[in-house]
Amino acid sequence: MKIVILGCGKVGKTILEQLVVEGHDLSVIDRQEDLIKRIGKTYDVNVHYGDGASRKVQIEAGVDSADMFIAVTDSDELNLLCCMIAKKTANCKTIARVRNPIYNDEIMFLKEEIGLSMVINPEYAAAKEIARILRFPSAIKIDTFSKGKVEMLEFKIIPGSPLCDLCLSDMSKKIKGQVLVCTVQRGNNVFIPNGNFILKEKDLISIVASHENSKQFFKNIGLNTHQVKDVMIVGGGRIAHYLSKDLLSAGIKIIVIEKDEKRQKELEKLLGDTGRFNVLQGDATNQEVLIEEGIDYCSAFVSLTGIDEANIFLSLFAKSRTDAKVITKINRISFDDIVENFDLGSIIYPKFITAEYIVSYVRALQNGMGSNVETMYRILNQKAEALEFKIQPGSPVIGIPLEKLDTKDNVLIACIIRGIDVIFPNGSSVILEKDYVIVVTTLLSGFKDIKDIIKG
Amino acid sequence: MNFPMIMYILGMVLKYEGIFMLIPFITGLIYKENAGFSFAVVGLTSYVSGYLLTRKKPQNQLYFAREGFACVALSWIVMSIVGAMPFVLNKDIPNFIDALFETTSGFTTTGASILSDIEALNKSSIMWRSFTHWIGGMGVFVFILAVLPMAGGYSMYLMSAESPGPTVGKLLPRLRDTAKILYMIYFVMTLLQIIILLIFKMPFFDALTITFGTAGTGGFGIKNDSMAGYSIPIQTTVTIFMILFGVNFNAYYLLLGKNKGDAFKMEEVRWYFLIIFLSIAIITLNIVKQYSGPVEALRHCAFQVGSIITTTGYSTVDFNLWPQLSRTILVMLMFIGACAGSTGGGIKVSRIIMLFKMVGVEMTKIIYPRSAKFVRMDKNVVDDDTVKTVAAYLITYVLIFGVSMFILAFDNLDMVTNFTGIAATLNNIGPGLELVGPSGNFSVFTPVSKLVLIFDMLAGRLELFPLLLLFSPSIWVFKHYKKKNYALKK
Repeated sequence: MKIVILGCGKVGKTILEQLVVEGHDLSVIDRQEDLIKRIGKTYDVNVHYGDGASRKVQIEAGVDSADMFIAVTDSDELNLLCCMIAKKTANCKTIARVRNPIYNDEIMFLKEEIGLSMVINPEYAAAKEIARILRFPSAIKIDTFSKGKVEMLEFKIIPGSPLCDLCLSDMSKKIKGQVLVCTVQRGNNVFIPNGNFILKEKDLISIVASHENSKQFFKNIGLNTHQVKDVMIVGGGRIAHYLSKDLLSAGIKIIVIEKDEKRQKELEKLLGDTGRFNVLQGDATNQEVLIEEGIDYCSAFVSLTGIDEANIFLSLFAKSRTDAKVITKINRISFDDIVENFDLGSIIYPKFITAEYIVSYVRALQNGMGSNVETMYRILNQKAEALEFKIQPGSPVIGIPLEKLDTKDNVLIACIIRGIDVIFPNGSSVILEKDYVIVVTTLLSGFKDIKDIIKG
Repeated sequence: MNFPMIMYILGMVLKYEGIFMLIPFITGLIYKENAGFSFAVVGLTSYVSGYLLTRKKPQNQLYFAREGFACVALSWIVMSIVGAMPFVLNKDIPNFIDALFETTSGFTTTGASILSDIEALNKSSIMWRSFTHWIGGMGVFVFILAVLPMAGGYSMYLMSAESPGPTVGKLLPRLRDTAKILYMIYFVMTLLQIIILLIFKMPFFDALTITFGTAGTGGFGIKNDSMAGYSIPIQTTVTIFMILFGVNFNAYYLLLGKNKGDAFKMEEVRWYFLIIFLSIAIITLNIVKQYSGPVEALRHCAFQVGSIITTTGYSTVDFNLWPQLSRTILVMLMFIGACAGSTGGGIKVSRIIMLFKMVGVEMTKIIYPRSAKFVRMDKNVVDDDTVKTVAAYLITYVLIFGVSMFILAFDNLDMVTNFTGIAATLNNIGPGLELVGPSGNFSVFTPVSKLVLIFDMLAGRLELFPLLLLFSPSIWVFKHYKKKNYALKK
């Protein structure tokens, strides 16, 4: 597909990286000359220097023949304007990043009137993901498939857990709750385990299950399945705003610590009409502030300041003092491997969430062109991928028992959703037309269709 | 201070008061009373002097907050003095201070009386007493603003000095339209009550005067036993209308508009009805033994609670004889008062809500010193200035109350009489407890005390500050604007 990306900030760059790997023709526009030059040298894309709101620049960049236009500059209004121009110029699909909470509430109207195909709001998406984790604090990451029918949960095996030293083939006998272990990360290696695999403590595993079963499973291995009661959030930015709004509606008590007094008052005005919300003015990098405001008693701690380093230290501090669920937001740090070695609880990368959204949208768009990816998630710190395919008539996998299906290595068919039934397949299961199939793989080669999992 | 302009506005008030006096005059003609002519004389004098004052518009028509406030305070004083004249002339109330007390009590919609035998008065005097309630209820300036196009955009100061409540909301972009809408609602509700009372076979004269007293939440009865002598349907109608006139008029405006549901979501109105409901429930249980059955107890209780919380002051029974708990609740209701933006007096439900919320905010600030909680009404943040004004209002209120208590103490009456006497006048209710209870009256006080109570009534009606401003020396600076500043007025 021909795609034009406007804006090369951290989100733009992440999207670009992903889409290049997937083999699309990209051209990139940005107003910063040195930045755009560097991009041109690092990636195999076309670069154009100029103002994206100019029709001339857009046409130079090839918008008139493009299939898709993605505007991710840091200004909402500019993004919306550029998408409108691109839409009128080429009638391509348009995606805009809109972050202002005011627009977010009216997004349906904007989408319709400006003709946007999709609106991305990294902060909103990150807040949603954090909220999901806080409702089920034992998991590090939760993704849902088929409108929530199936969940994929990621969690770490803690010492003393009944899962320690357990062989996977014995699992269903020893622990009730039908779940399937899809992937295991031990150290820096990611496996797709077979029946003989033995789990060890500190393994990061991801499981697939229906919502009820996953709850049951967590209960049986002695982990908490209740949503957290109160949350301490450090940093009162947009994510904190969206997150608080979400959590307040779930009845969770919130304390936000914000450095800037003006922003504190603003947040208080926006959200303070319930007694459960309290925003405090203070510098959270000062330990005493955190201790005074009750870091030792909160059941969850979320660090959302604008500085990644501060977030890491805050979370480490929280971990050192309490057993609370800790969530760390990391925006730009590229030392993923090192960050992983710290005990930071759940890590949220807003830029990856955005990229995930866009990549899965791009793949879904290729439906007509042979692809049928419904949803896609990156799991285990971007080291594996979980995809949901819709089975189209005439697909080569239909009707063949799975044991006879010659799939590639490191590919697992985790789950088949047939109507309202959720099937965990064994060797004799077959895939039928109109099924939804969840595939987990450590090959990050960009599967576009279910037939890509077959060898050859 | 722009005195020519103040004199001009005062002249306008006098003119209208002259016109208003036509009503008791006509009443006098109908009942063939000589007393009616005293209204004609005073009314004509008032109109002519008003006409002379307003003959020439002052060159400088600028007026700001201080002119507005001073003007309103002065007008109410002048209005009361002029309104008291006919009573002195027709010998119904020969003592001037008593007549002034009675008229001020009328205009401020208090309903406190120094008369022991009301039925002995001329019909025209009774009509004037009650009609002053109706004028005072919505306010003279609101009326003037509704009928006259006022020059300049500063008329808001006049309205905010006269309207009850912590904030004055304009319902429509133009002040004149807002004033018109308010008078429209007031007028229609008044008419409705008159019609319903007539249906229940109340004499026309009684229906008019009682309705004026209800609409303005005044409470001058026309019988010595206030409302006790009327039939049950009439009493019930009055109960309902008293409570309705105590509701914030903005709620009625919302009912007329598109979003009718918003009227029921107003926090103040909800609390108002909740307070009424709880008070009725507790008092009914408390007094049920004194009456022949729970229904009768409920009926009397609802009437008294409605009368006191809306600061009307009618009564069907002598609640001075009720048990201590019921009396205490009634005294508390006296202080709470009606909704802001109604015709009622008292501290106002919205201020009470805000005060409680301020306590909550202070407590949060002790638990979390770094927090920034705001006082909220109807989910919106109340700005700091309004909150401060509410606090200042309460402090001023307590100060005025304290000073009044001190001066009244010279009369050597009992504490409950003094305390409830001041509460009844400062909150514009009318009857208090003990000597000033429903069966007593205010003639027990000395003239000095009466003057203090007159001040309290005016202070209560005008929300304290306009009247206090008159004591500020800086308001009496005679300084004329220079010619070149006149350009501002356009």
